[in-house]
Amino acid sequence: MIREILGMAFIYIGIAFDFFGVLGLVRLPDVYNRLQAATKCVTFGTAGLLFGIFILQGFNAFGFKALIGIVFIFLAAPVAAHAIARAAHRSRIPLTSETVVDAYEKDHEIKE
Amino acid sequence: MKIIRWLLGLMIIGLFIIFNFFIYQGPILFKLINVSLFCTLFVLFRVLFGPSPADRIVAVDILGILIIGLLALLGLHYKTDFYMDIALIWALLSFIASLAFSKILEGRSLDD
Amino acid sequence: MQIKTRSRITVFILSFLVWIALTSVRDPQELVAGFVVSVLVALIAGHFFITTEKSKHFLHRMAAAILYFFKFLWEMVKANFHVAYLVIHPNVPIRPGIVKIKTRLTKETAITVLTNSITLTPGTLTVDINPEKKEIYVHWIDVKFKDVKMATKTIGGKFESRLMEVFE
Repeated sequence: MIREILGMAFIYIGIAFDFFGVLGLVRLPDVYNRLQAATKCVTFGTAGLLFGIFILQGFNAFGFKALIGIVFIFLAAPVAAHAIARAAHRSRIPLTSETVVDAYEKDHEIKE
Repeated sequence: MKIIRWLLGLMIIGLFIIFNFFIYQGPILFKLINVSLFCTLFVLFRVLFGPSPADRIVAVDILGILIIGLLALLGLHYKTDFYMDIALIWALLSFIASLAFSKILEGRSLDD
Repeated sequence: MQIKTRSRITVFILSFLVWIALTSVRDPQELVAGFVVSVLVALIAGHFFITTEKSKHFLHRMAAAILYFFKFLWEMVKANFHVAYLVIHPNVPIRPGIVKIKTRLTKETAITVLTNSITLTPGTLTVDINPEKKEIYVHWIDVKFKDVKMATKTIGGKFESRLMEVFE
């Protein structure tokens, strides 16, 4: 009984944070800000959802697959975000006009 | 202008929440799956109208993580665990796809 | 024992455990197939897992890793509420910029874990690493300090001392 309430609570929280992250993907002004909001919130939301499913199912095949999914998301999502951010900056996609400082641009010009 | 757009978005989200949680009569897991599909609609907006190619790559990457949660919820509803296998394979392929897209965007060859 | 052999044995045990968890064993044939696949994986790609000697004892490092995990989880919850506040606010109050921070860590694994943690904690995203000078370029959604020293203290300082205990 209490296991079901706890699992459903985790699933609700996960879905809510998924929604916030996708809202950030639509509202924020440039690629880097969108990447931040989307990566953080969607990773945390999906991990919470899978943890809720693990609590509901217990230690059977479904629950273990959910746990392996959590580990994989935590390892893979930041690496993909880092690769996309670096590629976007190297292919000269501009930052938004509200940007206050860009240290990478300066050092990158000197290096080439 | 900004505040009008904010109110319009709030109205759309409010209409969706009223329809999904109070008018639509179905199992609770289907309501959650509807919220997840609504998130996917926002992501598809970014894929269609993204001003730069990096925006589209970010949207596809986020779509891959959202699909894991969606498939896990479907598996929970149908009480079978092979949806989780599909979700894990989808996560692996989506991660490799984002890395390959970002390398192409950066202008390097794939075996670099 | 040589370091490559130890690394291969660790990889074999880990992959065999993952196989058992994924297949939910009903038949001895599955165990034999898992054994063969784990041995192949350990022979082909096993020597990348452990590459350097660590100075601290194993149990001490595990305790530090668990402490680090809970601190990281707390920072991540804070990050998500921060992003939710930014997204709901009518005129999005951001002040973005890319700053440069320095790190004291030397092992490659430690730097990878540090950059992944920076990406998942409040308002920061790793853009690039300069491995010779040990500098990390970080996109910050709400820039408070522009110089290197204060930014290092604010962004990387909370994780660095714990990661030193885990990985060095």
